[in-house]
Amino acid sequence: MTRLPYDGVVLTAPVSVPYVRYTNESAHWWIARALRETLKKASVTPQELDGLSVSSFTLAPDTPVGLTQHLGISPRWLDTVPMGGASGVAAMRRAARAVQCGDVDIVACVAGDTNRIDSFRNLLSAFSRFSMDATFPYGFGGPNASFALLQDAYCHTYGATREDFGKIAVSQRANALHNPQAIMKKPLSLAQYMDGRMISDPISLFDCVMPCAGSEAFVMMREEMAVAKGLPYARISATIERTNAFPDDPIQLRGGWAVDIDELWGMAGYGPEAIDVLQTYDDYPVICMMQFEDLGFCAKGEGGEFVRRHDLTIGGGFPHNTSGGQLSVGQAGAAGGYLGLVEAIRQVTGTAGPTQVEGAKRAAVSGFGVINYDRGLCSAAAVIEGAGR
Amino acid sequence: MTTPLTLPPKKDPQKRTTVPVLPPVARSRAALGLGVMAAQGRFGLQACSECAAIQYPPRDACVKCISEDLVWRDVDPAGTVMAETTIRVSPEPYFRERMPWRMGAVQLAVGPTLNCHLHGEVGRGDAVRMALKLDKAGQGVLIALPLKGSEVMQDDPVLRAMSCDPKHRRILISDARAPMALALTRALLSAGAAHVFLGEAEAWLAWPERAEFEGMENVSILPLDVTDVSSVAKLAAEIGGKIDILINTASYVRMGGIMDNDTSFASNSFEVNALGLMRLAQGFGRTMSGRVQDGINSAAAFVNILSVRALSPDANYGAFGASQAAARSISQSLRAEFQGSGMRMMNVYIGPVEGDAWFQPLPPPKVTPNTIARSVVSGLVDGLEEVTCGDIARDVYARWQADALLLEREMTGGGS
Repeated sequence: MTRLPYDGVVLTAPVSVPYVRYTNESAHWWIARALRETLKKASVTPQELDGLSVSSFTLAPDTPVGLTQHLGISPRWLDTVPMGGASGVAAMRRAARAVQCGDVDIVACVAGDTNRIDSFRNLLSAFSRFSMDATFPYGFGGPNASFALLQDAYCHTYGATREDFGKIAVSQRANALHNPQAIMKKPLSLAQYMDGRMISDPISLFDCVMPCAGSEAFVMMREEMAVAKGLPYARISATIERTNAFPDDPIQLRGGWAVDIDELWGMAGYGPEAIDVLQTYDDYPVICMMQFEDLGFCAKGEGGEFVRRHDLTIGGGFPHNTSGGQLSVGQAGAAGGYLGLVEAIRQVTGTAGPTQVEGAKRAAVSGFGVINYDRGLCSAAAVIEGAGR
Repeated sequence: MTTPLTLPPKKDPQKRTTVPVLPPVARSRAALGLGVMAAQGRFGLQACSECAAIQYPPRDACVKCISEDLVWRDVDPAGTVMAETTIRVSPEPYFRERMPWRMGAVQLAVGPTLNCHLHGEVGRGDAVRMALKLDKAGQGVLIALPLKGSEVMQDDPVLRAMSCDPKHRRILISDARAPMALALTRALLSAGAAHVFLGEAEAWLAWPERAEFEGMENVSILPLDVTDVSSVAKLAAEIGGKIDILINTASYVRMGGIMDNDTSFASNSFEVNALGLMRLAQGFGRTMSGRVQDGINSAAAFVNILSVRALSPDANYGAFGASQAAARSISQSLRAEFQGSGMRMMNVYIGPVEGDAWFQPLPPPKVTPNTIARSVVSGLVDGLEEVTCGDIARDVYARWQADALLLEREMTGGGS
């Protein structure tokens, strides 16, 4: 069955609350800040807001239900998306249908997490039942160790080198130097990357994100409302989502995008060559490389070669993770699953400021999340296009 | 690839003893099954009763057909290491003290992918055999072992932490007069034990086998009466700080049922078999618990040699069986108390012992002292909690696991 297009529904008011390494403020505080800013930017009052989608790992003991009373809002449509790095795209595609069908008029999509001293360890310990039973008792390396296994197998199978992963990290750092909100403010050279100490071989220091606190948000509404308010906005051309793809692969060398990729480009009506800017989920460079392949930017196993042939910086031929990505901006829990999408909205609406890719009209965004045991289970991707500037 | 362990120099008494910290303890209920397997030295996973798919991680419904009928069973441990990593950074104190730590992803020939510890002699691409071991938290964990390891493969630090290997350790055997004490001493010394201490009650009573011990190197006989609190306390004060493994061999056996038996025999049975263990635990348990991470010759295990009659009594040994059941209960409580320290409590179940005068009228098969010695040493090397030794103990234990009520009827009502 052909999927309905996302006609008449738009994305607007992208907001990134500056991240900090540690904070005493709660997830509620971080979410409130992003929500307030995005509503202000969209010229929507809290009383007008009738839809809310929340992603957070650290709201406990509350759920987004408690959050509504905490923040004094009365949504008629409430969603919570627990898909980690795939949360942004997943939240967007759910909200889009609700707005399109008239179940709701305005949805604020927000992701945010706090990071107190030692809260990362506690978060990991309670992350999932399988990780508690079958991953953490084995050295407790956290996601570093899980991705190290994937990268070890990936490099052994396809021959990508540390330099290839280094180029991704170094290019994102170059991009981050244009983003005043990035946590990482110093330039990074390939030599420095190569000298980075091993964290969980072959994952080294500059392959890892910095856990921090922060939040991201955007607003979805019908196009005529955005026009009436004079807001810059983006349209959704295509989306895909997949959970627990390829369960019989003994180790993860591909993500769920590979299942649905034809549907993504079929719905968009064009292929990867038409994309001006790409935002991938970058908890580790090897996952970016997997996305280049599985989203069709290059063939499987050619990610390393693809990186060698392209300039991934803002001014380059293949602008990728233009804000600096999580590798340089930081990983604020579930907000990491929004960071790429929020930056993509800025890019295609021409509002990215210092990280703006000239003439960017079409962006692809992909997300990847939730290492439940030995692999990331959630994958999602979207193509969005700028309009209404 | 494994560096052989050498006997550590005498400990500097001014140095701080490392406080035991544990690897992650929390598990789901289903995952506790790994520990049940590991405690017995078995390698087993859940299998689906309907579609036979082997499951991992442990779960509550089949990954192939969603049937909730999953049963634990022994499976082929053959696998291949698909990927490996060396973890150099961890927020968990236990692993931080032991960095770097290697782990890997193994594809088991029967299906699932296992994240596991790697023995130092295996790496990516290697064919391995998987084993389930109890870690310091007392939980069952997976380790990939070489198909054919080197002679010193037990000295691998990851494996050593999961075993209670007697090598370089100092051992106290509570009763030198027990029928298996001599064989046990020899077996422990040949397994590399640094020293074997043996307890002797009522030293004024001569016993012929004593001469055998007297000529042995690294063996000392010291006064110890497990029925006497002050005797236990005195020995504990003297050598408690350097005992790494305590093996309770003290046993008091008399024939007789319940209605016509002399209760003073029953009382002695409890004093030695049950309360003796409790006194040893009070004298030595706390000190040993504090020394579980004290280097190469750290404290490792308490061993209790039990009659399998602890599980199901023989009517001809009624009071004895009752004291054994009490001893087993004390063992289990002690195991729970040791949980926070990483000390292991190993029960070795035996049948009637060959040469033990109190079992003289019983027909064969009987278990020999050498067999008991071998079982104790291999149980320690493998880091087990539950060991059955000899045909009778193995048979009764298996029937008890399968159906304890049926076993009781078999013991009294025939069933042939």
